[in-house]
Amino acid sequence: MAHEVSHDQAHDPSNVTNPEHAEHHIVTPIQYCLVFATLLVGTAITVAAAYVNMGAFNPVIALAIACTKAVIVILFFMHVKYQSRLIKLTVGAGFFAFIILVTMTLLDYISRAWGMW
Amino acid sequence: MANSITSTGHVDHLEKLMPHESIINDEGEHVVLPQHRHHFETAEQQREAGSFGMWLFLLTEIMFFGGLFFAYLLYRNWYYPAFAVASNQLNVPEGAANTAILITSGFFMALGVWAAEVRKKKLLVLMLVFTTIFGVAFLGVKADEYHEKYEKHHIPGASFSTSMFTNPPVNPKTGKPDELPLAPDMAQHTEIFFFLYFAMTGMHAFHMIIGIVLLFWLTWRAHRGEFSSGYVAPIENFGLYWHFVDIVWLFLFPLLYLINRHPIH
Repeated sequence: MAHEVSHDQAHDPSNVTNPEHAEHHIVTPIQYCLVFATLLVGTAITVAAAYVNMGAFNPVIALAIACTKAVIVILFFMHVKYQSRLIKLTVGAGFFAFIILVTMTLLDYISRAWGMW
Repeated sequence: MANSITSTGHVDHLEKLMPHESIINDEGEHVVLPQHRHHFETAEQQREAGSFGMWLFLLTEIMFFGGLFFAYLLYRNWYYPAFAVASNQLNVPEGAANTAILITSGFFMALGVWAAEVRKKKLLVLMLVFTTIFGVAFLGVKADEYHEKYEKHHIPGASFSTSMFTNPPVNPKTGKPDELPLAPDMAQHTEIFFFLYFAMTGMHAFHMIIGIVLLFWLTWRAHRGEFSSGYVAPIENFGLYWHFVDIVWLFLFPLLYLINRHPIH
């Protein structure tokens, strides 16, 4: 029978013994406190830096601090540091796809009137 | 004999291959927990599949908010003078306080996930309540900011006024205006800034409201003890959503409130 599936085929044993998700990591409250303090300090720095005139670098500094805070939240509050490679790849692929879309759309807006000024 | 997997054979299989899927009760009998789905090999596999699905949803959210951020980037480059002065009208102390409030809410959410992992029911309920309180506090501060915009006629629409930008008020401390006046046509474009401000912070606040409704539901279920016997997935996946909403604000705050604060003139 072509559609007959034995138990061993339907349930791949490698899924059960896969070390990728064999152990579940629990982030401790001490780590969460450190992350919390880091995020608050980051907020204070970003507000303070906004009042220092750095010209074109003001938005760059603000975005750099925001990205750092976001990465910390993703790695620890959202547990990505302790997740399987599948989850890490999913998160990375998502942000990568977003950057591609932004870059391509920006290129369109920059180049549409190329040579007409 | 189209399919050799009979229902009885299936249960046997569950007990053999799914050590996490069933627990042994006081009478020594195997009990299959209702939250465990039979199409997963192990509890860990089910958990990973759940996280994976949640992340796919969050990726669509990144694209959604990403579109708004992109519109902001583009218009800010086109109408830079209007965006600079309009941005400086936002309330930095309230925005900064809201950032701290939201980070605190996220911190309690993270502790809530931990409490569920270590099966502390009362602590989990307490952490979810704190998460909710700080979430509501955020919306309260946000409402106060929106009210300030209403008073200044900075809400796009019929009552929107550019007079503050064509005729900047004199600062009593310095005896001169804080900002240079804008030409009327450029001043019109401040309305686009405020439109984007309300669109972005409004969509963010809408996500917070949905999150707070879900928090009420999860707190109720946690109170009934549903998440303190090893079944953490709903708490964990809601935590991912809540932290994602935090991250959106971590970008909204500097980009809308802060990047034009430094003295330009």
